[in-house]
Amino acid sequence: MDLTPDDVRDVLRALDSSGLDELHLELADLTLTVRRAGATGWTAEQHVLRRPVVERGDEPAVAAEPDRPRAAVPEGLVAVHPPLLGTFYRAPKPGAPPFVEAGDAVAEETVVGIVETMKMMTPVHAGVRGTVAEFRLRDGEFADTGAVLLLVDPAPGTAGPGGGPQ
Amino acid sequence: MRIRRLLVANRGEIAARVVRTCARLGIESVLAASDADLDQLPARLADRVVRLGPAPAAQSYLDPAAVVRAAVAVGADAVHPGYGFLSENPALARACADAGVVFVGPDVATLLAVGDKLTARSHAVAAGLPVVPGGEAADLAGARAVAAEVGYPLLVKAVSGGGGRGMKLVRSAEELPATLDLATSEAAAAFGDPRVYLERYVASGRHVEVQVLGDGTSAVALGDRDCSVQRRYQKLFEEAPAPLLPAAVHAELAAAALALATHLGYRGLGTVELLYDRDRQAFYFLEMNARIQVEHPVTELVTGLDLVAEQLAVAEGLALRIRQEDVVLTGHAVECRINAEDWAHDFRPSPGRVDRVVLPVGDGIRVDTHVQGGSVVPPYYDSLLAKLVVHGTDRADALTRARAALELLRIDGVVTTAPLHRALLDDAEFAAGGVDTAFFERFLQARRPDLVEVP
Repeated sequence: MDLTPDDVRDVLRALDSSGLDELHLELADLTLTVRRAGATGWTAEQHVLRRPVVERGDEPAVAAEPDRPRAAVPEGLVAVHPPLLGTFYRAPKPGAPPFVEAGDAVAEETVVGIVETMKMMTPVHAGVRGTVAEFRLRDGEFADTGAVLLLVDPAPGTAGPGGGPQ
Repeated sequence: MRIRRLLVANRGEIAARVVRTCARLGIESVLAASDADLDQLPARLADRVVRLGPAPAAQSYLDPAAVVRAAVAVGADAVHPGYGFLSENPALARACADAGVVFVGPDVATLLAVGDKLTARSHAVAAGLPVVPGGEAADLAGARAVAAEVGYPLLVKAVSGGGGRGMKLVRSAEELPATLDLATSEAAAAFGDPRVYLERYVASGRHVEVQVLGDGTSAVALGDRDCSVQRRYQKLFEEAPAPLLPAAVHAELAAAALALATHLGYRGLGTVELLYDRDRQAFYFLEMNARIQVEHPVTELVTGLDLVAEQLAVAEGLALRIRQEDVVLTGHAVECRINAEDWAHDFRPSPGRVDRVVLPVGDGIRVDTHVQGGSVVPPYYDSLLAKLVVHGTDRADALTRARAALELLRIDGVVTTAPLHRALLDDAEFAAGGVDTAFFERFLQARRPDLVEVP
């Protein structure tokens, strides 16, 4: 169990009259450092160390999907990565047609999907002019920052060295 | 019935908050956590932890069957749903009842009555509350008829929306057909309910709300709050009581909220949200939230109550322990929501690993949080990291103390909105009090944080 705010205030009262500037407490499953900050202020830095023992509901645990090996980006294609990590969506809303399909032409600013991060939506731009070669992530899949969402076959003359190996 | 074991079916700071009250009351807390939260601070604080499901909320915190399964598996007497997620979900309340588990919230009929905005509105009218002029728009002809009465600009709102979601502004008659179509299809997609209604747009409104607590027979009003500092309908800063209102208006707000709670036979903790029209100096019913609110601590600081404890007591079937005449408001309290967002970059979310958390402590300072050094802020859920809540003798004192406390607060590793709150507290219009809901956009335009170096 952690210390309650009342406990911390009791510690502060004791410290206030002691003239000490810092107190470090180490308990079995908790560390607490209280420091004087300025003339009247105090700060606390607390770590609850206890590691919870997780019980299962009566539903059998679903084995986590093993991380799929990151497929290499074929020569000549450009990978599109998410701007932020989050859940990748191919359409503006459930049931709507996807922003783009394989075979569609895209420009740098073409929106090819969105990622939802902390309930906020961020558009994913193609970043390159060309043709969508294939999607590597399905709608609703989680995308880490390095994930390859889709591959674009760049239009001639646009595939500069800027992209490079990801 | 007495609650001895409580399943906390939520995450983040509110999970830690509910666990803390359980510890104080001697109730065994069992946290139902998704895979992303099994080793987070609330799990370390709870007496027990049960796995709810995979990280995506749809398969865990938003799945009523998973919640009830977890409650039954651990033999919980009751389920506390927190806020957001399933907190106002009639299906969870019903499933709990079917499983013989107490749902800490209003009964199913009340959830249905206030969850549907049109029904809630008609209840408010029946209870004698003023509502913003408006009405249902079943089709374009109906919408034009309502619009002719309320005038432009007006708002199109989703009947099943809430929390600012599903609202669209219509400036003129020409915009109505397209916006109505868009609002209807978005409402169907977002809420599974295409119905919309129209409401007069109040140009300069304040978001004022009244905390109520009912036992099904009687109810008490626990003061009001002002939550007008919002960005895209998301609250950023709240305070209690609402500043710069005449005593008569505070009394009218409380009376209106009590009338609605009494009319509904309300049992539980709830919030009656009202729009205060600064120009007309009148208020209108907006909606009722049948759950604990994020900003409940400001009410706790000025009333001295533990609202979670009171919520559990009425869920146990006990009569109210507080009489209206016992409710005394002391001083002024403010709350800064510290989110994992980068306000210098259009509030871009900032998930990741928290390296270090240093919090201000002392009399009148409270920080509700679920992060400590080493915590991971997952990308699946909302961005709230901590609530800095400060109590002062009056508003000026509370703001001064909040400023000092913010200087001491450190959450390293992720970008937070703490610098935004420093700028907000330094703003003259904000410091004067009583800003409207349009204030924050004006403040942002003036500050242009993208041009300011943020430490």
